[in-house]
Amino acid sequence: MVKLHELSTEELFTSGHRLCAGCAAGTIMRMTMKALRRPTIVVNATGCVEVSSTPYPYTSWKVSYVHVAFENTAAVAAGIEAAYKVLKRKGLYDKDVDIIAIAGDGGTFDIGLQALSGALERMHDFLFICYDNEAYMNTGIQRSGATPHGAATTTSPAGRKIPGKPEFKKDLIGICVAHGIEYAATASPAYWNDYITKVMKGLEVNGPAVIHVFSPCPTGMRFDPSKSIEVARLAVQTRYWPVYEYEGGTYRLNIKVPQPKPLIDFLKMQGRFAHLFQPSFQRELEALQKWVEENWRRITILCGEKT
Amino acid sequence: MVIFMAKVMGLTGNEAIAYAVKQCNVDVVAAYPITPQTVMVEVISEYIYNGEMDAEFICVESEHSAMSACIGASLAGARVFTGTASQGLALMHEMLYIASGLRCPIVMGVANRALSAPLNIHGDHSDMMGSRDCGWIQIYAENVQEAYDWTIQAFKIAEDPRVLLPVSVNIDGFILSHCVENVFVLEDDVVARFLPPRKPLITIDPTNPITVGAMCLPDYYFEVKFQQFQTLNESLKVIREVTKEYESLSGRKYDVLEAYAMEDAEAAILCIGSTAGTAKEVAKGLRREGKKVGVVKLWVYRPFPQEDLIKALGDVKALAVLDRAFSFGAPFNALCSDVISTLYKYRKDIRVFNCVYGLGGRDITPMEIRGIFEETLEIADTGRLKEYVRFIGVRE
Repeated sequence: MVKLHELSTEELFTSGHRLCAGCAAGTIMRMTMKALRRPTIVVNATGCVEVSSTPYPYTSWKVSYVHVAFENTAAVAAGIEAAYKVLKRKGLYDKDVDIIAIAGDGGTFDIGLQALSGALERMHDFLFICYDNEAYMNTGIQRSGATPHGAATTTSPAGRKIPGKPEFKKDLIGICVAHGIEYAATASPAYWNDYITKVMKGLEVNGPAVIHVFSPCPTGMRFDPSKSIEVARLAVQTRYWPVYEYEGGTYRLNIKVPQPKPLIDFLKMQGRFAHLFQPSFQRELEALQKWVEENWRRITILCGEKT
Repeated sequence: MVIFMAKVMGLTGNEAIAYAVKQCNVDVVAAYPITPQTVMVEVISEYIYNGEMDAEFICVESEHSAMSACIGASLAGARVFTGTASQGLALMHEMLYIASGLRCPIVMGVANRALSAPLNIHGDHSDMMGSRDCGWIQIYAENVQEAYDWTIQAFKIAEDPRVLLPVSVNIDGFILSHCVENVFVLEDDVVARFLPPRKPLITIDPTNPITVGAMCLPDYYFEVKFQQFQTLNESLKVIREVTKEYESLSGRKYDVLEAYAMEDAEAAILCIGSTAGTAKEVAKGLRREGKKVGVVKLWVYRPFPQEDLIKALGDVKALAVLDRAFSFGAPFNALCSDVISTLYKYRKDIRVFNCVYGLGGRDITPMEIRGIFEETLEIADTGRLKEYVRFIGVRE
């Protein structure tokens, strides 16, 4: 794993962006830029990072940066990759270029899934990073396919009849791996060297790679903005967010959690789960706990670990 | 004038566009097959898979991704082509505005087809008319020769540093896309001299990083769009320049519109696409009978060639504008609305009526066109307009 002193001190994602205080996505972008190996183009879906980092005439990006729309990041990246491939072949461009597509959970799990699937199937050489804050946070906290069961959002409110989102989170890594790609991983910004190492690996891969990174959102998940990394760490330590990777046919659990902290500790930090602690919604709380346990069990089996 | 010897090939509209794309040394093609455009991408795939064309073919999973990939490739500096029709163009709609807004000189062949519902795969202009204000230069071909010639010229127009806007080359679905005609084609080296490799002004080359597609709020958005608006209007000049240069090597004369027998015409039909061919043929017959009729065919529909149109209309007293698409709920349909808006500025005296025809691929016959001419002549004579909008060949 990469060591702190090995990282560049150059900041390719600069301060001055307009992300909320405590937003983990900003930290994730900064860490991502620490993993670059050569000239890189970032393709970004519409979302928090996009609107906050490029208010014209300013930009936080010191790499080439392209934003086209919400649902098509992977398709735009595919076009860029194809263009450099043919321009190099024709002698019209002479450098190796890396392409990183970045989208939130909306731009990945939901509206962006078709374009992502197409680009993975066609085996374009690019890295796709999904920073998952578990709802449409940019437009004011609406549920997505990545929102966990029971979480309150403005389109899955903690109602008197329906207490938060009834459905469960999609298995993004499973979907991506099913395309036959070589590398896919989850990560948490609390484990910075694990994440940066994974970005490096994803860039190294010849073909598509996907990284799914947890991005705690103080505004949408409703916690103290000083606690983002603590939330990101607790997510891992409670087994809520298993940190693992898939590499050329093998799954590996990167962060083992032999003695998990109670899931309640993670949930209680966040306002989006507050209603689940009313006695009448005990069943929803248990369903979420059960999902976390089963998800952990499934992944540890994939990784060949004892459950 | 030097006219290069050309060879003749039997090509459909789809094949002619594909052949032109090959000769234009396109770098990236991203497309999704849809009737009646399918053969266009099939032929291009064949060229690439047989090694006759050095390009990346991205066989995307939707038209939305096709245009998205084209935008990405164009920003990287590649020469880019795509083709579509109907529902595919509608699915691209969002991306059409971004392609023009980001000033990507993409060329797109459109085999115009009706829009659902009900489902219909045949030719009309509903698809492109639905996207007429998307900031693209929009060209309509009358026949397969024009489809070939305009495709080559389209790249030159789009990539001109004074333009940098995408261009659509429209051919009537089936009527042109699937109809074989003898086409005079240029030699490869002639096309290569006319259209050298693309020299983009700015690219996303990461060794010289830039940000593209930034968020523009009320403080800048209006100016950005205003520049785009002005550029599109001013592109008529470049289009005309390119047609002059093309004429010098092909011997075929193009412009923003064609005026047929308009010198002393009193009544005229204005239309776009393949119907212009039928209209000209009917006008020829009527001229032999001594009737003063003419035809105006727009090659370029966007930007709308207002001054050229006024010039072409000469002393016409009555004009029938033929629309092959509905603008539901509008006072007139798209093409006619544009003509009437232009006349309001320059020539309020011309009596205009709108004929909607040929929806969903329904044929328009020479007899029907003759009927339109006769009615237009009557209006020219009496100055009395019976109906503002008429429907040709529909069972009411």
